Amino acid sequence: MSSFWEYANPRRFMRTTDWLLPVVAAAALVVTATGLIWGFFFTPDDFRQGSTVKIIFLHVPSALMAINAWIMMLVASLIWVVRRHHVSALAAKAAAPVGMVMTMIALFTGAVWGQPMWGTWWAWDPRLTSFLILFLFYLGYIALWSAIEDPDTGADLTAVLCLVGTVFALLSRYAAFFWSQGLHQGASLSLAPGTRVDWAYKAPLYVSMTGFALIFVALVLAGTRTEIRARRMQALVARERMT
Amino acid sequence: MIALLTRDLRLAIRAGGGFGLGLAFFLILAVLVPLGVGPEPAVLAAIAPGVLWVGALLACLLSLDRIFALDWEDGSLDLLATAPIPLEGVVSIKALAHWITTGLPLVLAAPLLGVLLNLPGEAFGWLVLSLLLGTPALSVIGTFGAALTVGLKRGGLLLSLLVLPLYIPTLVFGAEVVTRGAAGLPVQTALLLLAGITAGSVAILPFASAAVIRINLR
Amino acid sequence: MEIRVDNLAVARGGVPLLEALSLHLTAGQALILRGPNGSGKTTLLRTLAGLQPPLAGSVDLPPDAIAYAAHADGLKATLSVRENLAFWAAIYGGGDVEGAMARMNLRDLADRAALNLSAGQKRRLGLARLLVTGRPVWMLDEPTVSLDAASVALFADVVRAHLAAGGLALIATHIDLGLPEAQMLDLTPFKARAPAPGQGDGFDEAFL
Repeated sequence: MSSFWEYANPRRFMRTTDWLLPVVAAAALVVTATGLIWGFFFTPDDFRQGSTVKIIFLHVPSALMAINAWIMMLVASLIWVVRRHHVSALAAKAAAPVGMVMTMIALFTGAVWGQPMWGTWWAWDPRLTSFLILFLFYLGYIALWSAIEDPDTGADLTAVLCLVGTVFALLSRYAAFFWSQGLHQGASLSLAPGTRVDWAYKAPLYVSMTGFALIFVALVLAGTRTEIRARRMQALVARERMT
Repeated sequence: MIALLTRDLRLAIRAGGGFGLGLAFFLILAVLVPLGVGPEPAVLAAIAPGVLWVGALLACLLSLDRIFALDWEDGSLDLLATAPIPLEGVVSIKALAHWITTGLPLVLAAPLLGVLLNLPGEAFGWLVLSLLLGTPALSVIGTFGAALTVGLKRGGLLLSLLVLPLYIPTLVFGAEVVTRGAAGLPVQTALLLLAGITAGSVAILPFASAAVIRINLR
Repeated sequence: MEIRVDNLAVARGGVPLLEALSLHLTAGQALILRGPNGSGKTTLLRTLAGLQPPLAGSVDLPPDAIAYAAHADGLKATLSVRENLAFWAAIYGGGDVEGAMARMNLRDLADRAALNLSAGQKRRLGLARLLVTGRPVWMLDEPTVSLDAASVALFADVVRAHLAAGGLALIATHIDLGLPEAQMLDLTPFKARAPAPGQGDGFDEAFL
């Protein structure tokens, strides 16, 4: 247990996640269920938005994780590029589909929320647009991974794409804001006191956000374990061919 | 370096398709759009800047996979990678050759297609200027995409999927310049941002492209 | 001018092919690499040429010394023989194009487009490229494929002249080139063995 980097050893990672994954998965289930049930059934209706507002407990956490998943992929890619830890590259690979689904959930719940509020399912609002663009970036990243056969080449190429993509995704976001002034309200949550969202909403919302973060961690751990097993199979086949 | 540029240009001229294909595509698109949306001059004038920019972008995309694929197939890329010129220089020259054979003709043809699409008179100058500033970025970004997919089977489709999202900022600012120019609004901010993206891409992306080629060759 | 390779291991597609390979060549020497298909000749040459990193060991080479020739000749079909050579001469800083064509017996074909050459003629053009590079170390992968007997002899003469001028050559081939002075290296004994489970520091071993 001397260094964090020991978990970069696949065997070590598997041994640790053997017990860690069920714990995280169970925690994710409990916390998310608590957050959502609290949010949906034990908060007052908003006086203007009615019960529609409660979709916030799905929308905000998924949007948050959609962005955080990309940031995690970026960090994992950098670790792979700098330190060549295989688990890191595989974790980035495993995070992409999770991030993409989170983006889809955010877009879908946003549409469902937007319909009664703005009277339209979709508007080319900068926030919506930048999420749609983020979705395209996830799509490209996943497609590149799946197109390359050699795992190390795939890890290298996708890492470069992730780096370059991050820059262009930020530029696109800025471009989207430049291009259209939107309907979307500003960030609904802020840490400054006396803000728009009441504590009655904030508390369950924070619980939901924690729950989604735990779901993300659990899914990435599970995905990484799958990738490690697939890699192990490849290594065994290669060894078979050598003897 | 100059030798590489002249070789690529000569190949583009002799093999055909280099100059003509993208341009023909651009023309067809400018004909299809009015056929699709109707001949209403006001409608066409409103969408012309966007259509012309999207058209230029797609026409650029069409020839991207040829940047490295041919050199990869006949082994030239291996030989260029072991040659005394830096790979960063090779990819920059390749991007330049792509711009000369694809981007530049599009810039020159765009005003003619602007007439077809009823682009307002004030916007023509901005259209040419924005394309002139923006298309080099399209070539450089596209070269990066081509480098990423160079060794892959069915790389062409993947290439579009990877490159098009990267084109978004250039498209937004480029079309914005023309739209604002057509409406007589100030264009300076959008123009500067467009130039900034081009300058940044030209300066930095060749390093990424060269790194990616080295990975693909090994 | 010398090449020193120490305890080299190379891999293709993540699978180790060769290990514990050491060799030393000095000016005027040639080394013929032999071994069955898939024994790692191409991978070894690509590693030495710097196109892929070695798995282990070191390669000691003067910078900018290598002229590499792969299976593919890197010819452009629509360019003429002279244009193809002139391009590579310009890239490598101006070699003698006319001289190279004369040496590889390509004079009569100088203005013919490469797509109209026969396979053997293309190969001769690919080898003429080596002459215009002016590089001292030639790394050749199956240089005599599709050459007739006369052209093989011509090629052997060119290699011999290159060695006499202080050059070096590493040649992977299956046939007898008629270069008795060249050393032979059979790659079979260097075939990489599968590491025991838990052993080895290669990447894939970490997954076992």
